[in-house]
Amino acid sequence: MSRRELAALAAVLVLLALLPAVGNNYVLRVGTTMLMYAVLAMAWNFIGGFAGYPSFATAAFFGLGAYAGAIVQSKGLPAISAWIFAAGVSALVALLLGLAVLRLRGHAFAIATLVVVELLREIVNGWVSLTGGGMGINLPGAMTPEQGARYYFYAMLALAAITYCAMHAVAIRRLGFGLRCIKQNEDAASMVGVNTTVFKSLAFMLSAAFTAAAGAVYASWTAYIEPADVFDIMFSIKAIVMVLLGGAGTLLGPVLGAVAFLALDELVWRNFLTLHTGILGLLIILLILFLPMGLTTFSWRTALGSWRPAPGRRT
Amino acid sequence: MIYAQSLVNGLLLGGLYACIAAGFSLVWGVLNIINILHGAFIVLGAYVAFFFHQWWGIHPFVSALGAAAIAGIIGYVLQASLINRVVAKSVLITLTLTFGLELMANNAMLLAFTADFRKVTLDRPLGNADIGGIFLPLDRAAAMGLSLLVILAVAYALKATRMGRAIVAVRTDREAAALMGVDVARTYALTFAIGAMMAAAAGSLLSLVFPVSPLSGHVFLGKAFVVCVLGGVGSIGGAVVGGIALGLIESFGGIVFGPESGLILAFTLLLAFLVVRPQGFMGNKALV
Repeated sequence: MSRRELAALAAVLVLLALLPAVGNNYVLRVGTTMLMYAVLAMAWNFIGGFAGYPSFATAAFFGLGAYAGAIVQSKGLPAISAWIFAAGVSALVALLLGLAVLRLRGHAFAIATLVVVELLREIVNGWVSLTGGGMGINLPGAMTPEQGARYYFYAMLALAAITYCAMHAVAIRRLGFGLRCIKQNEDAASMVGVNTTVFKSLAFMLSAAFTAAAGAVYASWTAYIEPADVFDIMFSIKAIVMVLLGGAGTLLGPVLGAVAFLALDELVWRNFLTLHTGILGLLIILLILFLPMGLTTFSWRTALGSWRPAPGRRT
Repeated sequence: MIYAQSLVNGLLLGGLYACIAAGFSLVWGVLNIINILHGAFIVLGAYVAFFFHQWWGIHPFVSALGAAAIAGIIGYVLQASLINRVVAKSVLITLTLTFGLELMANNAMLLAFTADFRKVTLDRPLGNADIGGIFLPLDRAAAMGLSLLVILAVAYALKATRMGRAIVAVRTDREAAALMGVDVARTYALTFAIGAMMAAAAGSLLSLVFPVSPLSGHVFLGKAFVVCVLGGVGSIGGAVVGGIALGLIESFGGIVFGPESGLILAFTLLLAFLVVRPQGFMGNKALV
């Protein structure tokens, strides 16, 4: 990380860390949600942004993390250990799952990951003795609402910072380079000596681990989870939309995308409750149709530039 | 006896599943897009049947035609105006676009029809036949028969009409078809319209069997996925084979592993098929 980047990151962190001093519980709730979305978007960026694999598994690992964390926490493990446990379990599941689904490309990979969400939800729904089935799991909360709001805001902030650092570390190292090669042309990457299986598996595991950690923190934060709530395919869609909004494969893109997405969510849609999903759909359609360079090469400059008549160079 | 009954139930379900999935499979095969909107067209078909029956007493088997016409027009316009713009882009783009459309369709239907579950209840149902102790609901059997008829009609049209051959040509080689004078954009729009028509017809037919709400689209979409992958993407015959396979899996899985296991079984099988035999039962070259 260059010195300027480091300074900017530290400044953002300090500003965010001061939020609990000035904000009420509502502001903190929105802030925590925003940080959670940022984690989901950054985690998707590992596999979807860098490696270019259209993963819809965010909801699967979010739910898995939420349940893994909630189950061990309700058996007495402290919250932070439970979150780490959830991340580890999901990374392991991602490794095993990846052996099967990462051999697929394009449509087949997209569907396989979509199906994993449904499959895990059905399994959690059916395994009543462990998960409580459709009744969900209640987690004991020892904090007052004010304490809880602060505590989980800081927890999510720490997770987001760790995720960003991990993403940065991957981007500047061999792993990130290899993943970008895979995105460009997987066969060629394999021929020039990138071990594509190992690289893809690592990206998938990192993606799963951070997504699951966010799910586990979410479970402790809301103190109640049920299958339909955490295995919601909308988590997958939102992660993708946020990254596309901000810029896939970039470092700041997922974060900016998450901020922009949540700002829309809170400021506009709050006033149109019955049209909420419809407006989200409209946003997705506009996003897909009106970005001239294709979404994967999206940058703020081209998006803003597209409002003006194009200067020559475009094909 | 219970196995014979399960076999019959499975076949009845399977016929409907085939119709749910055939249009989805056609669109995927020809346009190379996963149409998340497909479930919404099925639900729309069911609502058309419900309201036609409620207002004018029209039998769902008849209103299937009206539902298909409405969905066909919507499908043609959507494809020609929106989806054609991104049709050659990556799966992430096309899938996300149809997902956005589906969110809007769901929201619109939720506002128009409310979230209540609806099901057509006939004044004069055909009743049940009892064949050697096997119970056969005749309305369901007729729905299944009609759904297979719809599939046959489409398969015949693909083989025998100029438009159908254009669709097959575009699927086989888009550039070559364009060089031979096929209007590719129009063919795409027609294909999408046919997919929507089959979905809506299936929706009308199953309005007798399943209660439907605007949010049931996801359930039907999931089944279309499974059938399509089992049978082979783009294959109409595969949709029939896959549909009947899924019907039998759900029916027999229910008695072997308990009623909750049907979905888990189907999804596990789908994953296994994707990994081991992504081309499905019928391969991925044949269209019909």
